[in-house]
Amino acid sequence: MAAVSNQPTIDLREPGGWRRSKNQIATFVMYLAFVIILIPLGLVIFEVIAKGAKAISWQFLTNSTIPPNVMPAVVGTLEITAFAAVMAVPLGILGAVYIGEYGGKSWLAKLVSFMADVMVGVPSIVMGLFIFTVWVIPRGLNGLSGLAGSLALACLMLPLIIRSTYEMLRLVPNHLREASYALGATKSRVTLTVVLPAAVSGIVSGSLLAVARAAGETAPLLFTIGAVESTNSNLFSGATTALPSQIFTNALSPYVGAEDRAWGAALTLIAIAFILLFVARIVTARFTRYAR
Amino acid sequence: MEQPEQKIKLTLPETTEAAAKQDDAFTGAAVFDAKNVSIYYSAFRAVTDVSLTIHENEITAFIGPSGCGKTTVLRTLNRMNDLIVGARVEGDIHYRGASLYERGVSPTAVRRRIGMVFQKPNPFPKSIYDNIAYGPRINGIRNKGRLDEIVERSLRQAALWDEVKDRLNKSALGISGGQQQRLCIARTLSVEPDVILMDEPCSALDPIATGKIEDLMHEIKSRYTIVIVTHNMQQATRVSDRTAFYSVLRDDKSDTRTGVLVEYGRTAQIFEDPHDTRTQAYVTGRVG
Repeated sequence: MAAVSNQPTIDLREPGGWRRSKNQIATFVMYLAFVIILIPLGLVIFEVIAKGAKAISWQFLTNSTIPPNVMPAVVGTLEITAFAAVMAVPLGILGAVYIGEYGGKSWLAKLVSFMADVMVGVPSIVMGLFIFTVWVIPRGLNGLSGLAGSLALACLMLPLIIRSTYEMLRLVPNHLREASYALGATKSRVTLTVVLPAAVSGIVSGSLLAVARAAGETAPLLFTIGAVESTNSNLFSGATTALPSQIFTNALSPYVGAEDRAWGAALTLIAIAFILLFVARIVTARFTRYAR
Repeated sequence: MEQPEQKIKLTLPETTEAAAKQDDAFTGAAVFDAKNVSIYYSAFRAVTDVSLTIHENEITAFIGPSGCGKTTVLRTLNRMNDLIVGARVEGDIHYRGASLYERGVSPTAVRRRIGMVFQKPNPFPKSIYDNIAYGPRINGIRNKGRLDEIVERSLRQAALWDEVKDRLNKSALGISGGQQQRLCIARTLSVEPDVILMDEPCSALDPIATGKIEDLMHEIKSRYTIVIVTHNMQQATRVSDRTAFYSVLRDDKSDTRTGVLVEYGRTAQIFEDPHDTRTQAYVTGRVG
């Protein structure tokens, strides 16, 4: 139209010059960082799969009578980790609920919260030493058992679960609590029917991450579970073995094939961790049905 | 009648004796009777010396500028302020003759009778059905048929039934803001409270959704007593029978401020014939 043609043309294109260059540089650096992060991650997984796949066979996985194979370690890892989770997950969640919902500004809540923070930073080998000192030594030779390993792993999981659960409870908006209180709910009702359901997906994934992390720990098991090469399915008595321990001993061993077995065990461990995280995803999705 | 009735009569505009008598005939029993109430948050005195009586089956509006303590007073009426660390109440608040802040009074029992609707719609992240059934369930109703009945009745009362009846099992967060707020009202109605406190229930809603909520308030007021905090003076004139105007009192010497109840009376009187110059300045739009 005629009226329009009289107006000066406005340039809506992206301005050139330094501003544009800055944008391009920043974008490039971001992509570069992304690639650099992927390199070690990809290499580790590639190495483990490439070397581990060679070692893995049906016999390696399942034959529990002729050592060396991975079956005793898989049984050990599953039992030790599961029992540690049974101890640490409820306790950790309850502790976090106390700190977040009940303790308020009481000295006990502050103390538990502070201790959990400190424990997150404690090296895992210290947990192993602690259980070695207070549990294994008093029992002498009978002290080394799956149970001792579970206790050490539970000590490791506990602060992680308390921290992650507490953070999830803090994310539950206060107006949801108020809505429940305004209907005449008691504090326990509010916690059980509003706060925990709203936070459950985060609590579940946080707890499973802690469990997966503990499942891969070697140090807490070094002095607690002993070392055997056959399956010991009794968690409460006798020395046993676990995947991280087996990786450790095999990697150090000079015998032929030991290195391959270490890689095989590593691949098995990664697979177990992957399955745990996969389950975490499914559970999380199941619980967040009404979030949107 | 008791003293508080007389106090309100004092603020009534000059009318004929007959009109005043007729007025009294419509005045319900006192639901809340507050005397010299001061509310503190730790050392800060948020509200000072509030006395007022709230009547049965009436809508009472609290108006006033920000920071005047109207929400604080509202939250004191069902002990919601107990949840705030450091909150403290001085003075007497009686609810139907029973002292609200006496030793041994359970805030839970108080809130079962005195429900609350909040400024921001706050449905639970559950289905629409479970949102409404929540209150009855925590009161021990488990029977599915009975719950169905309560859910339908509450949603009908809140004029939401027709809009959501086909999606009761869908998330309550998937409906519009106005619907969410009516859902929250339905949730409050589900436990059949005696009083409903509303804290700026329409401030997040558009005029059409606001209109729906106001219609709803008119509809349910025959069965409930409603106290509403609002920033919108037109809303106060549209919905309320009585209006309490609060203001902020500043003390320059000690550099403190506190909320005070300036004037309380029939809504028409507050807006058409305010007795206090501060009320007049506020309702005519010169201040605040």
